[in-house]
Amino acid sequence: MTIRITAEEMTQRSRDIVHDRKHIEGPMLPILHALQAEFGYVPDIAKQVIADELNLSRAEVHGVITFYPDFRDHPGGRHVLKICRAEACQSMGSDDLADRARRLLGVDFHQTTPDDAVTLEPVYCLGLCACAPAAMLDGEVYGRVDEHCLSDIVGRLNR
Amino acid sequence: MTVTIFVPRDAASLALGAEKVATAIAVEIAARGLDARIVRNGSRGMFWLEPLVEVRTDHGRVAYGPVTPKDVPSLFDSDFLSGMAHPLCLGLTKEIPFLRQQTRLTFSRCGVTDPLSLDDYRHYQGLKGLEKAIAMPSAEIVAQVTDSGLRGRGGAGFPTGIKWKTVMEATADQKYIVCNADEGDSATFADRMIMEGDPFVLIEGMAIAGIATGATKGYIYTRSEYPHAIATMREAIGIAREAGILGPSVLGSAHAFDMEVRSGAGAYVCGEETSLLNSLEGKRGVVRAKPPLPALQGFLGRPTVVNNVISLASIPVIMDRGASFYKDFGMGRSRGTIPIQIAGNVKYGGLFETAFGLSLGEIVDQIGGGTVTGRPVKAVQVGGPLGAYFPRALFDTPFDYEAFAAKDGLIGHAGITVFDDTADLLKQARFAMEFCALESCGKCTPCRIGSTRGVETVDRIARGIEPEKNKALLADLCNTMRYGSLCALGGFTPYPVMSAMTHFPEDFAPSPLIEAAE
Repeated sequence: MTIRITAEEMTQRSRDIVHDRKHIEGPMLPILHALQAEFGYVPDIAKQVIADELNLSRAEVHGVITFYPDFRDHPGGRHVLKICRAEACQSMGSDDLADRARRLLGVDFHQTTPDDAVTLEPVYCLGLCACAPAAMLDGEVYGRVDEHCLSDIVGRLNR
Repeated sequence: MTVTIFVPRDAASLALGAEKVATAIAVEIAARGLDARIVRNGSRGMFWLEPLVEVRTDHGRVAYGPVTPKDVPSLFDSDFLSGMAHPLCLGLTKEIPFLRQQTRLTFSRCGVTDPLSLDDYRHYQGLKGLEKAIAMPSAEIVAQVTDSGLRGRGGAGFPTGIKWKTVMEATADQKYIVCNADEGDSATFADRMIMEGDPFVLIEGMAIAGIATGATKGYIYTRSEYPHAIATMREAIGIAREAGILGPSVLGSAHAFDMEVRSGAGAYVCGEETSLLNSLEGKRGVVRAKPPLPALQGFLGRPTVVNNVISLASIPVIMDRGASFYKDFGMGRSRGTIPIQIAGNVKYGGLFETAFGLSLGEIVDQIGGGTVTGRPVKAVQVGGPLGAYFPRALFDTPFDYEAFAAKDGLIGHAGITVFDDTADLLKQARFAMEFCALESCGKCTPCRIGSTRGVETVDRIARGIEPEKNKALLADLCNTMRYGSLCALGGFTPYPVMSAMTHFPEDFAPSPLIEAAE
């Protein structure tokens, strides 16, 4: 379940996160990772906070956030399932695996199931290329993912 | 005496169930009241055998694999703690042919030690290189690295010593060592294995680089897709700091050096060094024009060494054993060893460190054992998504920077993806363009627009629309991207595309099925 917080609270928590990191060299990515860890996405409201604290324009902050595939502008599902779509996994049938995942979850890549249980994401290499195809569920890795393994992973999600 | 059991903690081992195996072993040890302990080592890099469990015996380490949790009780029943026979027993680990045939210099400890044990690290020759370096003038360290012939293992193959010399000779209030651990190429996992399996060797290599060039601060820029590597590296840095290997006085010397890990955010292009520097600074990961060279104006405009993980992790052995020891391995201008990563549809997939010079055929057929599906090998892509597809006809090409360049390919970060005869090389060429379009930073036109036009052109060829004209157009587009792009993303995407079209023309011919249907 989602705990709703007010815009003021979100701004304050964003300010604290930025404040703790603004003095390190190259603080932007560590700040964005921390914001996403805190809220599950980088809230729009945080852009102005970062801009003010780092002496940048809001447009520059927006530009950085949108450059990187990791950062979301809205909450994802409770789980994130990433399926590797790069060459080594392709050679072991990851295209079929990707289709199967789409069918099993009933969503396409970059989409979240209607019950907010899981977001399906593509990933371009998990470094598990000698045990392809590979997948990652919330930071946990799986190699040689076949039909059964995928059904097993999806079955264990708290839907 | 306490028996030591090794169960890897490498991400690939975990992906194949090593955690459950370790738990099952711990349960059996407790239930049977045995005097044994579990060490979580890195991986030996033989992934068809993972999870590979080892037991230390009087005769050496004995390997069992691939072990599943349900095999564990029977291993204990067979007294595997004494290295006894079992259907999964592989004999002495060091005698397994895949390992025995290797020359492990950079990966000498990977899979052998507990990655976070400094005692293990010292026991297996760790810190000897750094100890020698702190007693040397910086110019001599740089000369030794130059003499070793070490070239950038990230893919570009630029001589590491020359880069260091430029930074050493630059004057600045602050210089940096930046480790490029943004290992985004499919088929590569050598950087990940080092960070997870022997993190201290990277710390030692970076400290030596700092001392040699006068840099006191280092960053490892790695991938958010590598959470295990990030965690292990951060823990190792903390241990090294505690032990005085990092900090204001490196091993009690007058040199200061400290470092930290930074995580990227899913952008492949940040593996390009100038894009990486922009990202590290907190900007969009857009490629910078060169000059200025990063060696002179790198991170925050200061002189910066940007080296790949494997380049830096090879430094300690070069400092310890000497330049000529390292240089004596290899061929031509490719000196030393290279960790070849054999991946994809291959029987014996894993990491094989060897001197340069093996032929591609030896690597794929003999060491890799051909495909895991048992079908004929159709193509191998060497060097990641920007590397060329090689047909069997070119399997005599020796693994060497220049030899691969001469065949319109590259060795890149030394990853090899094997494809069987079900692969469609037109589809692979399309993917290369699609990937470039997806990952382009957008700074230069040939890459930003050329990649999208490339996808469209491949699609027209696939549909049989003016195929000869569109093949000529695709070749022309590749030429523009090759020579007009700012960095290797747009510049090298033509390698997979052109090699697919040149070596597998049958896949670019109009599909007879579609013709028949029409």
